[in-house]
Amino acid sequence: MDSSASPKKAKKPANLYDRFIPNRSSINVSSAQFNLSRSGSGTELTLDTTANAYQEEVARACGISLDKRILAFKSEPPPNEKEDLRQTYGQPLKSSTTASANAARSKRRILTAPERILDAPGLLDDYYLNLLDWSATNLLAIGLNQSVYVWNGETGDVVTLCQVETPGEYVASVQWTADGSYLAVGTSDGDTQIWDPETQRKMRSMAGHQARVSALAWDKHILSSGCRDGSIWHHDVRVATHKVAELRGHTSEVCGLAWRPDGAVLASGGNDNLVNIWDVRSQAPKFTKANHTAAVKAVAWCPWQQNLLATGGGAHDRHIHFWNTTTAARLHSVDTGSQVTSIRWSTEYKEFVSSHGFPDNQLSVWSYPALTKVADIPAHDTRVLHTALSPDGQTIATVSSDDNLKFWRVFEAKPKAAKSVKAEPPPRHNSLEFRATKLR
Amino acid sequence: MSAAQTTKGRITLRGSTQMVAEFFGSILFQRGLYPPEDFKMIKKYGLNMLVSSDDALKAYLKQITLQLENWLMAGKLSKLVMAINSKETRETIERWQFDIHIMNDPAPGDTPAAPKTEKAIHTEIAAIIRQITASVTFLPMLEEKCTFNILVYADTDAEVPTTWIDSDPHYIKKNAEQVKLRSFSTDVHKVDALVAYRLDGEL
Repeated sequence: MDSSASPKKAKKPANLYDRFIPNRSSINVSSAQFNLSRSGSGTELTLDTTANAYQEEVARACGISLDKRILAFKSEPPPNEKEDLRQTYGQPLKSSTTASANAARSKRRILTAPERILDAPGLLDDYYLNLLDWSATNLLAIGLNQSVYVWNGETGDVVTLCQVETPGEYVASVQWTADGSYLAVGTSDGDTQIWDPETQRKMRSMAGHQARVSALAWDKHILSSGCRDGSIWHHDVRVATHKVAELRGHTSEVCGLAWRPDGAVLASGGNDNLVNIWDVRSQAPKFTKANHTAAVKAVAWCPWQQNLLATGGGAHDRHIHFWNTTTAARLHSVDTGSQVTSIRWSTEYKEFVSSHGFPDNQLSVWSYPALTKVADIPAHDTRVLHTALSPDGQTIATVSSDDNLKFWRVFEAKPKAAKSVKAEPPPRHNSLEFRATKLR
Repeated sequence: MSAAQTTKGRITLRGSTQMVAEFFGSILFQRGLYPPEDFKMIKKYGLNMLVSSDDALKAYLKQITLQLENWLMAGKLSKLVMAINSKETRETIERWQFDIHIMNDPAPGDTPAAPKTEKAIHTEIAAIIRQITASVTFLPMLEEKCTFNILVYADTDAEVPTTWIDSDPHYIKKNAEQVKLRSFSTDVHKVDALVAYRLDGEL
């Protein structure tokens, strides 16, 4: 006790008594305490990595085998951030698309032949543009190089709505308002225009973007435009100073843009492989998702589940991801095996259709949330560039750089006798049907 | 060693790779290597534990766990290390080490100690997971972008599949600090946990 309690200071006392009365002034109490706690723990593990490392280095240098091999797992862990474009090994092992697809296929017959084919000469083969949209009034707008044509779904008439005057410039995007009364047109020189299809006159022109406007989305009186420089502008089309907000969340061209139907959230996808979710009240993204490894053009909100968003990646990525935009969680993913150029949800079935590029240039119909493939429709000779869903939700129009505009009846309404839950399709479409058959 | 070969021992050993995988999962979550929304909560050992729900990560960890299981069952493994490296410089910033001691047979004369109850083992495991969670409070923030590596210390005669390669020990080069965590033991083996981290040299 004596020796361990005062290792240094305590000298041999001059007189030895039978009782130990500590002389506190001569004892270094703190060092005594330390030594006490140390006594009897000589086997304590050395908690010093540098010493450990040094020892092993020395052992190795002397050629002493430590009788151990240090092994590392060779592959890289899956990436956790955006810059990483490596295709990681261990992709989702979802082969369910092949096995159970046959079972699902028998449930519903989908016509694999187009309902009608129109010519679309001069369509620009550019993945990043959005050149096709179908209005609620059954007008289909398509941008063909310098012109916008409007095809009337009821009469089958085609009119030239507008033309870009400047040589070398072209139409980069078209988008109808929700009620179909106006068409927004984005051009390659950064102009955003609004056209009235009835009078075929330009209502206004909203300049300001420095590069082409390749994506447009309406929310009531707000028109959002995505630009090649990565910015998204909100234009209030009612007022003279139209630019009411600028969202900067992409570093590269914005090619997918969609408002949630209630107008509270905007989703955008860009050539920087990001998906951004924007709250309407804020100019900073609510979430940024970096799971795609290629440009995100396909962005679609689910019509029956408000916070569900589907996004599809380009040629390098080939995945469709499903997001819960409230919690930011990724709900599902599916590897489609091909570039995803667009996603359209069905309003009739719990299904969606995705359009693809190389190698099959097909339309794929998927059930959700099972993610089994209902059908594969070989659609075009080259990649399907744009799609649009008809106002009654039954027909999908696809256009490809093989200069064909095709109509597919993929979501044919169920017969009324089988299920009376769904509302009858609008009578307008029936008349279209009637005329279409008569024309043939 | 032969104790590890009994049926009961096998179960415990196999279970312990599972456990180490769970430790790895909690570390990945706690240290923020993957976004928190990629994890889901499960209840185990009387704790809420977070396991990854990301398919790619799950598949990756699965591959590792399967091989670890093989080695552990053959008794070729002595250490498991999860090294957290900076993505830029590849320098090790944090190092989680799990030492695995496989218990030898008790000498014939000894009376075997009373086997631990499952509950006692679970309590020890829960204590480690709690400690991993709590260690976030003293570990320095990972400010760089990080990735991780799994290392094992195997015997020289262990069979090595091509997916594993020889490696350096990934020690932290400077200003290392270590904290020993709790250990847990079953009848056949004992696992010690240790975390080493890099202190930023601002002192």
